Amino acid sequence: MRSQPVRRRTVLRGLGLSALGLTAGGTLAGCGIPAAKQSADSCLSTDKSAEQKTLIFSNWPSYMDESDEKVNGQTVLPTLVEFEKRSGVKVTYTPDINDNAEFYAKIRDQLGACQPCGRDIIVLTDWMAARTVGLGWIQKLDHSKIPNVDKHLLKQLRAPGWDPNRDYSVPWQTGLTGIAYNAKFTKEVGSFADLLSRPDLKGKVTLLSEMPDTMSFMLKLTGADPAKFNDAAWSKALEKLQDYVGTGHIRRFTGNDYVQDLNAGNIVACEAWSGDVLALQADNPNIKFVVPEEGLAIWSDNMLVPNKASHKANAEALMNYYYDPEVAATLAAWVNYICPVEGAQQAMEKVDPELVDSPLIFPDSATLEKSTGFMALDTAKAKLYETDFNLAIGG
Amino acid sequence: MSALGHLSTPVTPEPVAARKGGRRRTAYLLLLPGGLWLILFFVVPLVSLVAASLYDPNGSIEAGFRMTWSFHNYVDAIADYAVPLGRSLWYSLLTTAFCLLLGFPLAYAIAFKAGRWKNLLLALVIAPFFTSFLIRTLSWKLLLGDNGFVVDALRTVHILGSDGRLLATTAAVVTGLTYNFLPFMVLPLYASLEKIDHRLIEAGSDLYASAFTTFRTVTFPLAMPGVVAGTLLTFIPAAGDYINAQLLGTPKQRMIGNDIQRLFAAGAYPTAAALSVTLMAAITVLVLFYVRRAGTEELV
Repeated sequence: MRSQPVRRRTVLRGLGLSALGLTAGGTLAGCGIPAAKQSADSCLSTDKSAEQKTLIFSNWPSYMDESDEKVNGQTVLPTLVEFEKRSGVKVTYTPDINDNAEFYAKIRDQLGACQPCGRDIIVLTDWMAARTVGLGWIQKLDHSKIPNVDKHLLKQLRAPGWDPNRDYSVPWQTGLTGIAYNAKFTKEVGSFADLLSRPDLKGKVTLLSEMPDTMSFMLKLTGADPAKFNDAAWSKALEKLQDYVGTGHIRRFTGNDYVQDLNAGNIVACEAWSGDVLALQADNPNIKFVVPEEGLAIWSDNMLVPNKASHKANAEALMNYYYDPEVAATLAAWVNYICPVEGAQQAMEKVDPELVDSPLIFPDSATLEKSTGFMALDTAKAKLYETDFNLAIGG
Repeated sequence: MSALGHLSTPVTPEPVAARKGGRRRTAYLLLLPGGLWLILFFVVPLVSLVAASLYDPNGSIEAGFRMTWSFHNYVDAIADYAVPLGRSLWYSLLTTAFCLLLGFPLAYAIAFKAGRWKNLLLALVIAPFFTSFLIRTLSWKLLLGDNGFVVDALRTVHILGSDGRLLATTAAVVTGLTYNFLPFMVLPLYASLEKIDHRLIEAGSDLYASAFTTFRTVTFPLAMPGVVAGTLLTFIPAAGDYINAQLLGTPKQRMIGNDIQRLFAAGAYPTAAALSVTLMAAITVLVLFYVRRAGTEELV
């Protein structure tokens, strides 16, 4: 006798269901993401700088001087070429960092598992640099190889809370967060209180989507110190922000792209970064940068050597080179951010005398005193605050 | 049993059986590459997404995430993000409706009235794809800008108030979505309409049906597979889109994709994953319901 043949569809369905059951029960339970914290003992890096004269350098866009003419269709980076000449180290330079959180997402799996991330120098803003240092992902620098840094680093930048001896980080550029406005469309905006409440600005202002920048000012507006605050102060500042979002006063939260909107007049005033505004001013004199009454937020973008990067000595040579005041002045004249190198102001006489007195490249100590940094956060706090901030800036 | 039976009664000629077995094996072999692809790039990520949505919400990248079967993640995520979630579905519904309203006449004209211009018109429908999605959306920013000519013109004729704007409004976001997904509506509609036997439409008028009745009872039902395919191809990607809301909207137009992206970057994996799964489930339920109602015999 013949048994009823089992239908193929039934078999497939059965297989599918049991596979699903197995996955659900077995695989899901086995899932999880291991802790990403490393230490100098758990993740050893070897330095091959002596044999390999190479260096892979990842940085932000428009953060390196470029010469006007191209050679073989390639943009020439004069100070970098000079470094290659002096040191004999071949540098692969990629401006592939657009956003701290985004770049972090790109490298965290490798660094969390003590794998190389393919770069010898990365450049991260204070709060993100603090996070990676806290996670033990960054190699300790040998200060005997960076004497220029020890000699010329601005006093105000020598001891940030998250790296008090600059053991792990060296500032690349420093910048200020303040207010920019387009004088063609509005009169001066002098403070964040004005920016966020003046009726003629409704729907025509943007804030930055970088949490520390925007929350620095919310904390200041609610009477707290962004460099040192507690959860209660945070909640109060967050509520303030929510109010402004709720009324529709704030048009958007942006990254660097506020530049185009401000230039086109879609927005008339915004929270802005000093270097962007200076660069924009060169083309459009109507764009103005204001030191808000609440003060400025100051931050640095820091060079870091991640774990497993195998050219640390070459990286240190580059750091040392960029702390030569003359080199620093050449760079600053092009990128327009605050130069963290003492003596660069004197050197600027030779590079571009017009910029010697630029308050946004060489701010006086009164401006710097009015500027505050943002408290360093551990990853758990950072996640909590980022999530809060995300909820607040959603409508 | 049956194997023994086969041996004792050699009725079935051997070669045929062999050929049948071979054919079956070929069929499975042909399924293999696609199946492997699906397992690697669909099943594995999906399982890992569902797993991530059940991790301990108090975990962090620093400490790692443990599987704690925290179904509560879903409750929290939906409570916190119900508004953008609903907004995403609402916007994509609007987008689909506008695409259908704009796309049907266009596809109809190309299929029935375009004559020798047919290929050119089809090429024009596809032409925007030669530019990146991002660039096309950014160009809308220029077009709709507060000091652009469109807004100026609308202000002059008092459709917009002197302080009115187009950019950073719901209208801008839905317009952007409609524009970006229109070709996905037009192409399947065209494919369906093109196949329609003209004699059926002629038969309609032969039987004294008005043009509208013929359209309603003959053309439209025959174009149904295209309508279903087009609406699905528009609705599903539009619900997950966040570029249009990001570039053309304000915080009040945020869609769920914006939130998922930010949560992911902030390291809040469980919430981000729970929201993704919720969105997927919501779309699946809506689509299943819709497909059941509309019928898809010709689709699959």
